[in-house]
Parts: sequence; structure tokens; C-alpha cells
Amino acid sequence: MGTGSSSHHHFVLQKAESAFKAAVLIQRWYRRYIARLEMRRRCTWTIFQSIEYSGHQDQVKLHDFFSYLVDHFTPSSQNERNFLSCMFAEERLLKDSEMETYCDYESIEVPDYYTGPHVSFPLLPDHATALVEAFKQKKQLHARYVLNILHEARKYLIQLPNINHISTCYSEEITVCGDLHGQLDDLIFIFYKNGLPSPERSYVFNGDFVDRGKHSIEILMILFAFMLVYPKEFHLNRGNHEDHLVNLRYGFTKEVMHKYKVNGKKILKMLQEVFCWLPLATLIDEKVLIIHGGISDKTDLELLEKLERHKIISTMKYTKKPEKKKAAEESRSISAWFPLKSRSVPSSPLRLSPHKGSRSASIPCTFTPDRKEIFKKVRQSVQLELKEGQQQMDFSEFKDKEPLRFPLESEPNSCDFQGVNQEEWKQVVDILWSDPMPQEGCKANTVRGGGCFFGPNVTEQVLQKYSLQFLIRSHECKQEGYEFCHNRKVLTIFSASNYYEVGSNRGAYVKLGPDLIPHIVQYQANKTTHTLTMRQRISRVEESALKALREKLFAHSSSLLAAFKSYDLDGSNFITLNDWSVAMESVLHLGLPWRVLRPQLVTHTINNMLEYKSWLNDLAKEQVSHENIQSSLLEVLYRNRSNLETIFRIIDSDHSGLISFDEFRQIWKLFSSHMNVDITDESICDMARSIDFNKDGNIDINEFLEAFRLVEQSYLEDKDSELKGSETNESSCSGQGVH
Amino acid sequence: MTPSACKIKINNLLNKAGLLELQKKIKEAFEVFDHEANDTVDVREIGTIIRSLGCCPSEGELHDLIAEVEEEEPTGYIRLEKFLPMMVKVLSERRYRPIPEDLLLQAFEVLDSAKEGFLTKEELVKYMTEEGEPFTEEEMEEMLSAALDPETNTIQYRDYLAMMVIDEN
Repeated sequence: MGTGSSSHHHFVLQKAESAFKAAVLIQRWYRRYIARLEMRRRCTWTIFQSIEYSGHQDQVKLHDFFSYLVDHFTPSSQNERNFLSCMFAEERLLKDSEMETYCDYESIEVPDYYTGPHVSFPLLPDHATALVEAFKQKKQLHARYVLNILHEARKYLIQLPNINHISTCYSEEITVCGDLHGQLDDLIFIFYKNGLPSPERSYVFNGDFVDRGKHSIEILMILFAFMLVYPKEFHLNRGNHEDHLVNLRYGFTKEVMHKYKVNGKKILKMLQEVFCWLPLATLIDEKVLIIHGGISDKTDLELLEKLERHKIISTMKYTKKPEKKKAAEESRSISAWFPLKSRSVPSSPLRLSPHKGSRSASIPCTFTPDRKEIFKKVRQSVQLELKEGQQQMDFSEFKDKEPLRFPLESEPNSCDFQGVNQEEWKQVVDILWSDPMPQEGCKANTVRGGGCFFGPNVTEQVLQKYSLQFLIRSHECKQEGYEFCHNRKVLTIFSASNYYEVGSNRGAYVKLGPDLIPHIVQYQANKTTHTLTMRQRISRVEESALKALREKLFAHSSSLLAAFKSYDLDGSNFITLNDWSVAMESVLHLGLPWRVLRPQLVTHTINNMLEYKSWLNDLAKEQVSHENIQSSLLEVLYRNRSNLETIFRIIDSDHSGLISFDEFRQIWKLFSSHMNVDITDESICDMARSIDFNKDGNIDINEFLEAFRLVEQSYLEDKDSELKGSETNESSCSGQGVH
Repeated sequence: MTPSACKIKINNLLNKAGLLELQKKIKEAFEVFDHEANDTVDVREIGTIIRSLGCCPSEGELHDLIAEVEEEEPTGYIRLEKFLPMMVKVLSERRYRPIPEDLLLQAFEVLDSAKEGFLTKEELVKYMTEEGEPFTEEEMEEMLSAALDPETNTIQYRDYLAMMVIDEN
């Protein structure tokens, strides 16, 4: 008996042990699986961020180029003057007398067949709600009503101070939302989840309502409508994207011209008038400061309260007061914008050395010796090009374009609106463009090209100076939709979920009661993410990031080939994976973890070696849509894709959608020589021949971009948004009481 | 130099090159989680880094590794300069190797006491959250979302494993 029970006992013990062991094994295995997924997710995020940041730098480079052009190109005839003024024509606000005639919405007729929403003034809450409903059903607001709303919005905004002081006494809770970037689904979701604005429900929207997403104009209409209906409870801050120069690149201009073919230009002009009147900041209970970007060690709220904010039409271009024109060396048009040396600045913020440059951001980055060199070289080549260009270009066509009578030299009438002084302008740029950093100090934001990186000590300093409790800002996409930093004294809130791709990130908003304790609500406005497993979600976003990355790799094929060859000493056409990783970073400067990413990018290796030529060929096969176009030319086009598009839109100053091939060719030549891009005139002509241009030598922007599959992305997005739009808004959201 | 001395020298060079590459690999993985760009990582992310580098330690083994690289006074952060040599050793010694598929299958079969080729939801949850190094609620939910066959409320572990293996590769 005894033996029986002890052996039974033994058997049970053994069984328990093996069950235990088996469980440990499975858990061990599973945890490793999850860890690898997490690593992939993190890398995917890194890829998106680094590509986004390198896009910012494109913008700065381009702007740099045009500023240079403005400063150095001395127009030798009225026609040339007109040409340049056309390019930068929008830089001025309308006088009140002009407003009536220019933006005469009343004369615009709304046809009988129009099925969209109607709007009348004074605006009632029902109208605003009706707008939301109409946009949910994919209706478009008629241009007349758009202009009307913009008109009324401007009238209202003019009498607001630069900093809005609001209080939690009047409404119990204030909800603060961050960037929306044209993503209507997120706005609709916020109103659904949190409730529509009302006298009991205050809202602050912290800038960046437009660009990137496909429904910027609809978002603006809703926001302005509620602002007009509930002026005491609904507040807007200006973001860096409420700016026509930024809109040229990031899609809002395109959206408006696409949706409003007849009146788009008027709408764009009105938008400038409205954007510049948006308040710069909101202050809750004198304790919580809400600004779009951030602060700097020079931030001066008193100065910000007093300056004439509407004179800053665009934060990208500082227009000098004419009487203060200094020597050419000193304060150029680009003075607060940091000119980037083409290669040596890391294009990714990820591995920025914390030890570089603790200079205060308020000191403009003027000429470094390198820059002078570059300028000298470029100046010579540009002058040469310009000379040739002047001969080749027929400036007579510009007589027909209507320059908005704003030559770049000063004119007596134009004095009254130009110029805040440089210090004031810097203050605003800092507010709209800065980002927090973990290290102490304050240094120039070389990633964005303007504003600064501000450390915890700067936050502390500013909070103390003005007896504030904390800052709320937006401007940066966060995976969870929000992020605290600087000892919870700075809260980043970002309201555009799925910003990079469906499933890439959550959006969030924050609620504040009289206790001023932030309560965060997160969401993700897309149903499909919830039917997927974590692995599927991560895979999907990862696929999108890798696709974008591979396109970038393709755009640098020639440089990559050269780099690989330099490692292929025995001419075997093979290189080690180690050499591959080093070469990749040396060419792309993205600061990405190439060894970690390698398995996703390089799938065929032999003995741990890569046959690099066929790898590059595979990359090309994925991108090229036209075999008859030389692939090196295609490479250049891809590399400069967003600049190309922006240049188009700048040249096309009357937003007609057409530019002449000559115009484009000349500007492109200047740009490529400025950027040291090697491209021959012949190549451009070849390219033209393989696309069907109209016989009259005009380039239709969309045709051109389409020809190179450059709009594929946005077509896909349209499909996606059609699916998204038809779903009702719901998603998981964790109400987190965060203290 | 004698041939054997030459060979040793070459081997040393190769090892050094291999070592360098290993260090770069570890550093890269570390930097993905180094949010402040100051060569430190939150201790709670160390497990992810170690596992993503190819190791498959148990929780207990992980804690031992962390203890090796933690500061004297735990700060909540692990520094690269401590992590790197430890990880180099772990990888060169090929410790905590991943689990072969057949062993994993056996483990499921052990838990499948009725030998039916599947586990019920309750069984899996019980084992994973009460035995071994228990899962958190979150981990359990995540595993179920992919492993559970909603129609039968069971885990067909053979199929599940097959799917996971494909996914890994």
C-alpha cells in the first residue's frame, strides 16, 4: 500500500513538474515572439519619423533656394520683375477696400442642383451641426458659403487678442485637441465621443487643422462655424501649417484647387487673411499655456501679447521692414531659418548628438564659412544659368498674368503692413515650430529648420517666470496620441490617429476641469484595426513603412551602387552584410538601425553575402512605371519629388494647373545647380518627349505627376478614406485618468 | 611566421571583425529604445532588446541578466556600456537559444492531458496564468486573440504553431 501511494504521489509530482516545465517553455517562446513584434513596431515608427523629418528638410532647402533667388536675382526688366513677383505674389494682405471686391461671395450663385449644406448668417448652432452631418455624408460646401464663413471668421478673429485667456469657471470642463491634419474622421469621432461643442462644453483646437489629410477644408469649416456660434467656448490656436507657404507643399493648396476649380484662388487668398489672424496661444486660468509647437529660452509672453500677429503672414518668410534694409550680409530673408549644408547635417532627429550647439535658438544662424563658399559657387553657376535663362525664356507671356502689384522692392503703399521686427517674428516662430528635448538647454531646431529644441530647464524657467503650472502643445505625432515630458510639465497632445498609416498610432484629446488635472482619452478612428490581431496590425503598418523606405532607397540607387562598389574590392559583385549596413547609412543619413532592419530589406543572401546589383534592380522594378524613361532620371525625380511638386505650385501662381514647360525647365535647372544635382537639359527634354504634353508646351501638373506614378499614393489614400468614411465612428478608447 | 602562428593571427583578426560586427548589432538594437539619445534604456525594455537579438531566456534568466547590468543603486535605467559586454558574451556563448518547433509541440501535448489534439480555452488560460511564469492578463488576451478558434472555443495548437512558425520567417 505504502509503495503504491508513494509511487502514485511520485507520478503526480512528475506530471505537475512536466506541466510546469511545458508552461514555462511556451511562455518563454511566446514572450520572445512578442518582443520581436515590439522591435518591428518600434523600427517601423522610426522609419516613418525619419522619412517625415527628411521631408521637412526638403522644404527648408527649397525655401532656401527661392530666398536665394529672390536675394540675388536682379531683374533686368519689368517682365522679369513680374515673373519674380508672380512667384512670391501672395505675400501681402488685402486692404479692407480690396476685400469687398476681391472676395465678393455674394455674387457667387448657388445653383439649384446643389445638394450640399446651406449656410446663412447669423450662424446658429443647428447650422454648425448640419455642417458636420453634411460632411459625414461626403457633401461638399459650396464656394460661396466657404468664402462667407471665412469672411465672418476673419471679422471675428480680428478682435481677439494674441493670447486668449479662458477660464474653467464658465464651463466645467475644457477639452484640448491637437493636430488634425485634414483627418475629418478624427474630428467627427471626437465630437461623437466627447460631445459637440456647447456653452457647457469648451474646446481648444491647438493648430495644424490642415494639410496631409484629404478633408482640411471641411475641418476648417466646422471649426470656424463652431467658433462663430460659441465664441466664448470654442477657441483656436494657430499652428505652423496655418500658412500658405507650408500648404503649397503639404497638400492643402492642392485640395482647395481640386475641390474648388473656379473659386479656389479666392478661397486660398481669403485663407491667408484668416490664418494670420488666428490667435497664437491660449491660457487657461492663467495657469496652463497652450501653444502649438513650444517655447524657447527667449519666450516673452508680454511681447507676444503686444505684437501685431497678422503681419506674420507666413512664418517661413521674414519680410523686412523696407526702411530697415541692412547690408546684404546681415539679415537675409532666411535669417531665422537655418540653411542646411547639403550633407553634413543629420537628416534624422533620432541620433542628434545632444552635445552639439547649445547656442540659444533666438540667435539667427547667419553665415558660417561653409555657407559662404556654397553661396559663392552657386552664385556663379546661378548667374550663368540666369543669363542663359533670360535669353531663352520669353518673358512676354508674363505680361498677361496679373501680378498682384507687389514688386519685391519696397513701394510706398506697402510699408504699412510689412514687418514685425525680427525679434517679434522669432518669438512667433519659436511658439509655432519648437520641440521639447530631454537634454537641458535650448538649441536651434535643425530638423525642422526653425524654432528650437527646448530642454526641461527652459520649461521650468518659463513656467516660473509666468507662474504657470504646465504647457500643452502639439506639433509632434506620438504613438499613443499623447506624451508627457519634462517631469510632466509638458504635455504633447496629437489628435490625428493613423497618421502615417492605418494602425500606426492613436489619437488623443485631454480634458481639464477646474482642478486642472489632465484626463486623457485615446482613440483610433478606424474600425478595421480592431478586427486584426496585433501581429496583423503591426505587419500592415510595417509594410507601409518599408514601402516608403524602399522608394527612398530607389531614389538613391546610383549613390548606393557607388558605395557598394567601394566595398566590393575583388569585383565579385558581392559584399558582406556588414558592409551593406555601413554603406546604407553613409548614403542615406537616416539614422536607422540598418542591421535590425536588414532581414526585412534584404531577403536573398548567399553565405551571408549580398549580390548588390540584383538587389538594386529589384528595388527599381518595384518603382518604375515607364520603361522608356531613363532610370537615373527617374531616380532624380523621386529624390526630389516633393520639391518638384512644390516648385510646380509656386510657379503656377494663378493656380491654373498649367505651367509652361520652359518655365519649369529653367527653374528646374536653377534648382538642380543650386542643389548640385546632376541633370542635363537633354535629359529633361527626353523626359518631356516620352510624356504626352499638349502641343502648346504646357504641363498639366497632375498629368505630369501621374506619369511617374507619383500620385499613386494619394489614389490609394482616396480608396482608403472612402472605406473609412462609410464606417460609423467607434473604437477602443481608454479613459485614462492621468495625474 | 610559422603557418600555425599565421593561422592564429588570421583567426584573431576574423574574430575581432566578427566581434566588432556583433557589437554594432547590439548597439543598434539598444539605440532603438534609447529615447533620450544618451546611451541608456529603460530597464523594462531590456527584455525586448535581448529577445529581439535572438535569445530566448525565461523570465528568471532575464532577471539574472538584468541584475548583472543594473547600477549599484538601481536607477530604472541600464547603460549601454554595461549592457554591451554582457550581451556580447551571451551571444558568443550562444546562450538562451530559441526553442525548436518539435519541442514546442511536445510542450502543448503535455498540457493536452486528454490527448485530443487541442486545448480548451479554459485549459490554456489556466496553464498560462497559473503555471510556469504566469502571463499577465494582457499577455493572455493577446495570445488568445491569435490562438483561439472562436467557433469551437479551442486552441488547435498544431495549426497555431504552424502559423506562428511561418510568421516568424
